[in-house]
Amino acid sequence: MPHNTVAVVGAAETTKLGVVPDMSQIQLHADAALNAMADCGLGPKDIDGIATAVETPVQLAQYLGITPTWVDGTSVGGCSFMIHVRHAAAAIEAGLAKTILVTHGESGKSRVGNPPRSIHPQSLNGQFEQPFGPMGPPSLFTIPVLRYMKTYGVTEEQIAQVAVVQREWAGMNPRATFRNPITTEDVLNSRMIAYPFRLLMCCLVTDGGGALILTSADRAKDFPQKPVYILGTGESVETPMVSQMEDFTSSRAFRVAGPTAFKEAGITHKDVDHLMIYDAFAHLPIYGLEDLGFVGRGEGAPFIAARNTAPGGKLPMNTNGGGLSYMHSGMYGMYALQESVRQMRGISPAQVPDAKISVCHGVGGMFAASGTIIFSNQRP
Amino acid sequence: MPEPGRALPQPTPETQHFWEGTKAGELRLQRCDACAKVYFPPRPFCPGCASRQVSVFKASGKGVLYSYVIHHRPVPGFKPPYAIAVVQLEEGPRMMTNIVECAQTPEALQLDMPVEVVFEAQTDTITLPLFRPAKG
Repeated sequence: MPHNTVAVVGAAETTKLGVVPDMSQIQLHADAALNAMADCGLGPKDIDGIATAVETPVQLAQYLGITPTWVDGTSVGGCSFMIHVRHAAAAIEAGLAKTILVTHGESGKSRVGNPPRSIHPQSLNGQFEQPFGPMGPPSLFTIPVLRYMKTYGVTEEQIAQVAVVQREWAGMNPRATFRNPITTEDVLNSRMIAYPFRLLMCCLVTDGGGALILTSADRAKDFPQKPVYILGTGESVETPMVSQMEDFTSSRAFRVAGPTAFKEAGITHKDVDHLMIYDAFAHLPIYGLEDLGFVGRGEGAPFIAARNTAPGGKLPMNTNGGGLSYMHSGMYGMYALQESVRQMRGISPAQVPDAKISVCHGVGGMFAASGTIIFSNQRP
Repeated sequence: MPEPGRALPQPTPETQHFWEGTKAGELRLQRCDACAKVYFPPRPFCPGCASRQVSVFKASGKGVLYSYVIHHRPVPGFKPPYAIAVVQLEEGPRMMTNIVECAQTPEALQLDMPVEVVFEAQTDTITLPLFRPAKG
């Protein structure tokens, strides 16, 4: 289904990002949603569809004063918001709703109104992974990487360079959490978390939120902001258990979501001016570049190390600094979407000149899920 | 008060045979009677062809170290640094485990090294399958 008839007309993050102990998680959703409504001049009564993750659409609809005719509570981790955008585009095309709000809010650092999520000992993860000592994403998301490194001869230095390049982008962004330049040596000398991953190869833990408002492309021209059109979308899931991935060197969910979005958009890799690949950890942009077909197998790390994705490179990637340096509340996908929208509006602090097409690729869980959105500022 | 131990599984009807197996000193996998696929984790049907005709069998307990991290943060029941590993079993499936009787270092933990299952009782009912470098 070609999604060329729907556009983002409102987009905003929470007023504050980083450490926000004075807002609970649901208020972070609301703060972002109110900012996005203000961005496009709408109010809650104008919105008839709502999608969100972790918090339910029921909670958000009541809290914000929205009476929806369409809801989506897909909650598959950090790429849930890419999938919400995909479902929202389909819903608008099908006439199920006219104006859809997608919200994210997460008190990831301060943990106000964000109770800890536990893994039940009767679940498959609880029976066949938790007894062996993992503690959250740094010790799980990273497990396939030694196999990847051995398969393709990739070094720790090359993985460290992902973090170095992204810090360069973060340095241009006044809202980024970490902005000071770092070197490969800084990364390799940072504290060991889960060999081969050191602290600076792992994402931040912060508080924040973001929201998007979508409507039909025909209506989009009547809003104050430059419309950002949805060209193509994709989604998939693979496994809740990282140990059960089919291939430790590649994500099946990436290989489904990415090409589906490219096919829908009818574009090739050469058409892409700007790229976001969800980087909870430094290996994810490497897997993403390969699984989306921007480079061949085993070429992702040298491609980044050769500065192709750095400022001045031919494929600017993660231009907000990414989850490694910009912010990461736990489910980063919304912030990647926000940067793609800023780039398409031409207002990013690290604006790519004349960018017309942006690919935004997300991951959920530990390679559990994926969603890809392709945006353009040109009406197809 | 004793220190809290590691997280332990609670078997379900679909996984009971696996945990009864580890308690009896056997690593039990399942094979599809229709398409011969060997699979893990346990379920009473084949994830390859959806047949409900499946059999439990005793696996060799042999495999290779497929990938791992060496965790440096504290977790109840573990003394950092310790490896969280995935082994590739001779029969095909992969499973998460720990590598015991081996230094928890990159030098000692070489990918593709042969490993074999050992069983470590945690409680009267739960025994975990761990792996050690293969002997001989």
